[in-house]
Amino acid sequence: MKFLQATFGIFISLIFFTACKQQTRLPILGPRETRQVKAPDGTVSVDTIYKTIPSFSFLNQDSLPLTNDTFKDKVYIADFFFTSCSTICPVMHRNMKKIFDDYKNNPDIMFLSHTIDFKYDTPSKLKTYAKKLGVDGPKWQFAYGDKAAVYTIAEKDYLVAVMEDSSSPENYVHQGWLVLIDKHRRIRGSYDGTDDKQVAQLIQDIPVLLAEK
Amino acid sequence: MYYVNGRDLYKKHCQNCHGISGEGLENLVPPLTDTAFLKTNKYRLACFIKYGIEGDTIRVAGRTYDGKMPANEKIANIDIAQLIVYLTNSFGNSHGMYTAEQVAVDLEGCNKGR
Ligand code: HEC
Repeated sequence: MKFLQATFGIFISLIFFTACKQQTRLPILGPRETRQVKAPDGTVSVDTIYKTIPSFSFLNQDSLPLTNDTFKDKVYIADFFFTSCSTICPVMHRNMKKIFDDYKNNPDIMFLSHTIDFKYDTPSKLKTYAKKLGVDGPKWQFAYGDKAAVYTIAEKDYLVAVMEDSSSPENYVHQGWLVLIDKHRRIRGSYDGTDDKQVAQLIQDIPVLLAEK
Repeated sequence: MYYVNGRDLYKKHCQNCHGISGEGLENLVPPLTDTAFLKTNKYRLACFIKYGIEGDTIRVAGRTYDGKMPANEKIANIDIAQLIVYLTNSFGNSHGMYTAEQVAVDLEGCNKGR
């Protein structure tokens, strides 16, 4: 009986603990390092260094510079697409647009779509696209940059696979992740923007991240 | 059967752009809910599906669209017929039957050089 009670107790606290953890904090994703830090009083502790989005510099749909400063102290959702993409992009952006509309009046969240079509999608093309999607304005930024810069930040930093592939009908292949970035440039979630369940999870996670200090 | 098969084909070839309820996507993709447009242009639907739409401005549901819809050159006439039956009898439309024979006739009239 004692034994049963004890296991039951552990079981309950496990449920409680995991449930609690899920609701109060999103995980920090990506590779991490640890470093030993010595305090002035001589004690040694271990510090975890999380992966962060590095500094970048692109042009936006108004041909103005777009850098990390644009997203300073903001939570943002980043993705990779191209304007003539006829497969997954309309789905990703239909879903993102819904979230955009829900947070229209919340200044703490922004959106960042990078084009991977560096040949065709000039800033003015991005501008036309943003207008047609009904999101042209400061809240949803569209990034245009050279191939090396965009493809590197996609794969190394946002962890989204993108490539130019002349054997595919549209010349480009990419994944449809919507990547949730916190105010400290860390990845807090990655969701398949074409999957209703994962988009629903993103919609649940945003307020959790926004509430974080 | 036309309707059910058409729904599967729609899901596979069209839903990403036109949406699960035919709602379209803002000013990028027109909705399929403009019954008057679909009625007037019924004879062109097979052409739209098979050869796509490009360099054309169309007015649907009170908005103007100048986008590009991809072609489905390899699609069979029977599949086109099923798609048309599905979309003209969903999303608030109810146009009744449409056959593969009619598709063949309508395709004759396409302006392919567009
Ligand atoms: C890549 C996105 C895309 C896909 C996939 C697509 N369409 Fe379209 N469709 C468009 C766009 C954009 C237009 C408007 C073209 C224009 O502006 O001239 C359009 C126009 C139409 C129209 C005429 C206007 C209207 O809304 O009634 C019909 C009918 C139509 N599409 C049906 C289909 C069907 C059926 C399929 C699947 C076989 C399909 N579309 C697949 C983007 C798409």
